[in-house]
Amino acid sequence: MTIIIQVDRLLKTYGDFKAVNEISFNVQKGEIFGFLGPNGAGKTTTIKMLTTLTRPTAGKVTLDGHDPAVNPNEARHSFGIVFQDQSLDDELTAWENMEYHGMLYAVPKPLRHQRIEELLKFVELWDRKNDFVKTFSGGMKRRLEIARGLLHHPTILFLDEPTLGLDPQTRNHIWNYVCRLSKEEGMTIFFTTHYMQEAEDNADRIAIMDHGVIVAQDTVEKLMQNTQTENLEAAFLKLTGNELREENSNHTDNMRMRRRAWTGRR
Amino acid sequence: MNAIYVMWMRQLKRYLRSKARIVGSMAQPLLFLVALGFGFGPIYAKAGGGNYIQFLTPGIIGMSIMFLAIFTGVDMIWDREFGFLKETLVAPVPRSQLVFGRMLGGATVATGQGIIVLLLSMVAGFRPVSIWQLPFAVMVMFLIALLFTAFGTAIGSVMEDIHGFQLITNFLVMPMFFLSGALFPLDNLPTFVRYVAACDPLFYGVDAMRSFLIGVAHMNVGLDIAILATISFALLGIGSWLFSRIEL
Ligand SMILES: Nc1ncnc2c1ncn2[C@@H]1O[C@H](COP(=O)(O)OP(=O)(O)OP(=O)(O)O)[C@@H](O)[C@H]1O
Ligand SMILES: [Mg+2]
Repeated sequence: MTIIIQVDRLLKTYGDFKAVNEISFNVQKGEIFGFLGPNGAGKTTTIKMLTTLTRPTAGKVTLDGHDPAVNPNEARHSFGIVFQDQSLDDELTAWENMEYHGMLYAVPKPLRHQRIEELLKFVELWDRKNDFVKTFSGGMKRRLEIARGLLHHPTILFLDEPTLGLDPQTRNHIWNYVCRLSKEEGMTIFFTTHYMQEAEDNADRIAIMDHGVIVAQDTVEKLMQNTQTENLEAAFLKLTGNELREENSNHTDNMRMRRRAWTGRR
Repeated sequence: MNAIYVMWMRQLKRYLRSKARIVGSMAQPLLFLVALGFGFGPIYAKAGGGNYIQFLTPGIIGMSIMFLAIFTGVDMIWDREFGFLKETLVAPVPRSQLVFGRMLGGATVATGQGIIVLLLSMVAGFRPVSIWQLPFAVMVMFLIALLFTAFGTAIGSVMEDIHGFQLITNFLVMPMFFLSGALFPLDNLPTFVRYVAACDPLFYGVDAMRSFLIGVAHMNVGLDIAILATISFALLGIGSWLFSRIEL
């Protein structure tokens, strides 16, 4: 087994606030790695540092042999990403969004066009391919984002809450596709989600993050074993302690939690 | 190279598809040309200045290019807001290519608009001194466009939301317009004002265009172009550097 993502005491501060507080973990090549945590835990911030969008305050990352902070250009050749929030060009058509992505990632034309057709059909947007993205519903935009992220078959694929706001059928459909890609091409998948069942069904290994630190990382079975729980959701709640907090918290605590959830959701 | 093409093409499509944007950016120069041209024309002639439309047209072309170029540069704020910027920033291409393509796209659009304003001004009575000089005038237009797109891009790279744009417009864009000599000759202005005008890139742009369009200029046109090119290169460099440092 080779390690493809290595994270060592990674730190990100905004002012005094430690959004990511010296976390360390490894991901193996070909692994499907679930990165879970409540709102505002620091998942997206971690992904931003891994994908060259933000420089870490301290710590070291190695991504397929490159440090994103030192050699961002080399690191960018190794990964693809589906962002948590929208990143499409509204004033282009679905097809153009796909085409330009494929060109930026240097997918050769015949392969590019073949995959665009395949993926747009897969997410059921083929008959809308020449429509402007601004005319799409939230779910359609989400599906297009995913299709675009799957276009260039990177070594590592980051999925930040990919299935957010999608119906259960579509979610299953997409996870089947992602798992097949991972198996067939040995692609490493690094994903976050708030649907625990998704993580339980698909992840080889899981890290759980809360308040900027990793509170547990293991296989689903081990996590359940160690927390003496029946399913991942119960293990998650036990580890991140939200259950307890909810029960005992007074009014101001509730307010604070709600505010954190609110600001974290941006 | 793909990245330059993609970003260039995208800027073009965005402009051409937004009818409101086209009409909006066309209406202003035309309004200036008609209102000022016909309004001040008689006074200007009486004061011994000659034909005001002739004097005004190169200035209005310069103005329209500057406004649109800065605007398309600053447009990046919307890409930040709506997320498309992220998509391009993580792509495995040098950021210098992304930003250069974007600048080239903005400059192409602004030059195109400059050419259309020139054609429309000919309908309003403007007569270029010689057809053979027109390609040179277009070249100057492109230089002005590139300069101000780079300027706008530099601003767009550091500005996080649209609220600062009003400040930029009032304290940089409008003064640059008024001090460029686009509307009136600067000869009789106080020395101090003329020194400030000498720092205004649009001044050299308008001067070079007058040289090619009406055969009258303040300065040596070669010097104008050299100054424009130097500032353009500097701003291209600064804009690319600021863009390459964007964090989200
Ligand atoms: N640019 C920023 N400036 C200040 N604080 C930030 C910034 N970005 C993130 N944060 C804070 O860092 C914390 C972690 O945010 P992050 O987006 O990583 O959470 P998350 O785990 O992805 O949550 P969610 O499940 O809601 O997406 C939050 O408290 C957030 O408010
Ligand atoms: Mg997040």
